[in-house]
Amino acid sequence: MKTVPPVAEKGLLPLALTMAEAKPETVFKPPSTDQDFVVGKVASAVGQVARVAASLTGQDRMGSWLVRCNIGRMSFVVDPGLYALGSPNSGSPVLVTANYKMSFDQLRGALPGRDCWLLVLDTKGINVWCAAGKGTFGTVELYDRIIASRLTEVVSHRKIIVPQLGAPGVNGLGIKKHTGFQVVWGPVLASDLPAFLDRGMKAEPAMRCKGFPLAERMALVPVELTQVVGKTCLLMLFFLIFSGLGGGHSFWEASLDMGLFAVLALLAALVSGTVLVPLMLPWLSGRAFSIKGMWTGLFSYLFLVAISGLVSPARIIGPLEAVAWLLMVPALSSWLGMNYTGASTYTSRSGVRHEMLRAIPVQAAAGSAGFLCWLAARFWLT
Amino acid sequence: MKRGGFFRYIDNVVTLELDQGLCTGCGICQEVCPHQVFSLDHGKARIVARDNCMECSACARNCPVQALRVEAGEGCVRAIINELLGREGECC
Repeated sequence: MKTVPPVAEKGLLPLALTMAEAKPETVFKPPSTDQDFVVGKVASAVGQVARVAASLTGQDRMGSWLVRCNIGRMSFVVDPGLYALGSPNSGSPVLVTANYKMSFDQLRGALPGRDCWLLVLDTKGINVWCAAGKGTFGTVELYDRIIASRLTEVVSHRKIIVPQLGAPGVNGLGIKKHTGFQVVWGPVLASDLPAFLDRGMKAEPAMRCKGFPLAERMALVPVELTQVVGKTCLLMLFFLIFSGLGGGHSFWEASLDMGLFAVLALLAALVSGTVLVPLMLPWLSGRAFSIKGMWTGLFSYLFLVAISGLVSPARIIGPLEAVAWLLMVPALSSWLGMNYTGASTYTSRSGVRHEMLRAIPVQAAAGSAGFLCWLAARFWLT
Repeated sequence: MKRGGFFRYIDNVVTLELDQGLCTGCGICQEVCPHQVFSLDHGKARIVARDNCMECSACARNCPVQALRVEAGEGCVRAIINELLGREGECC
């Protein structure tokens, strides 16, 4: 690999690594064959290339499930570089992806019985779309990876298929100009790749659209939950303790007296904001996610009030306490719902800013007013 | 229902701009856009669904004549808070 040339025309690819700047172990080392999904080697013009399994194992799927739950997220990576799928030759297509293992697995699992080259970019374990937004799935990284894997020697054609969602980071014409490879924008979904290849690398208009189907919306819920569950539990504890400090009974009696309902109300807010908003996203009134979250919070609170007699028949919540949670549950749910914008596939930065600047003051005001009502109900009006 | 037509975010906020005078009608913007913002009319790109735009900047990054401009960024609360507080942080 000592023939790698320094990046020409620095003005156009100012950040590309030259041989002198690059860390050899991170940039130019071929992928290790000691990865679980490597099943052999394929000969190419530049030597042996690691061949990957075209079907996913239970272990691969388990890894994806764990990552969905925020476990092992940062180590769910594959070595960047060139891989072979099936038995590719110099005429086989080249498909580019990220080194997040879930992205890589979706790609290799989508092409049973096909012979392709897979070029994996170093995106620090981030998926294609997010990495393209950050620039790590980018023109410079693609350029470096094409040069480092000596792709011009591996294949005789001059086309590479880059996922369309990589386009925010990759300037296709720049790649063509500097490497000779024409970037062909692949479909949004890896599962459309066989049809795309069979139609001579042409995508139907529907293959170019990013939707947000129910399964995809719900797959992102566990990660969102793990990020807020701890804080919600702390809040619950806080309300249990504060509830115990007032009310004129023993600590435990007083704690359960208003604290139990507080725990249920916070749980309702958590579920409304992080589960119901994604679940019912297209059907909730309002474009802003904070409004959607406000609605789910309001409805689940009313539902909670309606069934609270069944949960603790001995105690009916007081009017001021009811008002307190009427303010706090929708406010919290609205905040949590608004956070789901980051997981969604169609919210713009300008839109999120617009919504935040308007929603956060209202959420904060409602939350504070609700908390004051709750304190009054606990300490002054008992 | 065709994919992508189901969801729409807040109207009249996106920063996308197209200079039709520069446009050569190559169609790359239409190809890379994940939300069908563009169409091609009489050899020029046209913004037909501006409010579908999520400011991913795929079009602007790939426009050969820099006819497109967009203030790109992640539509993500955590990213914007980090940005407002001037700190580095994770989004997705």
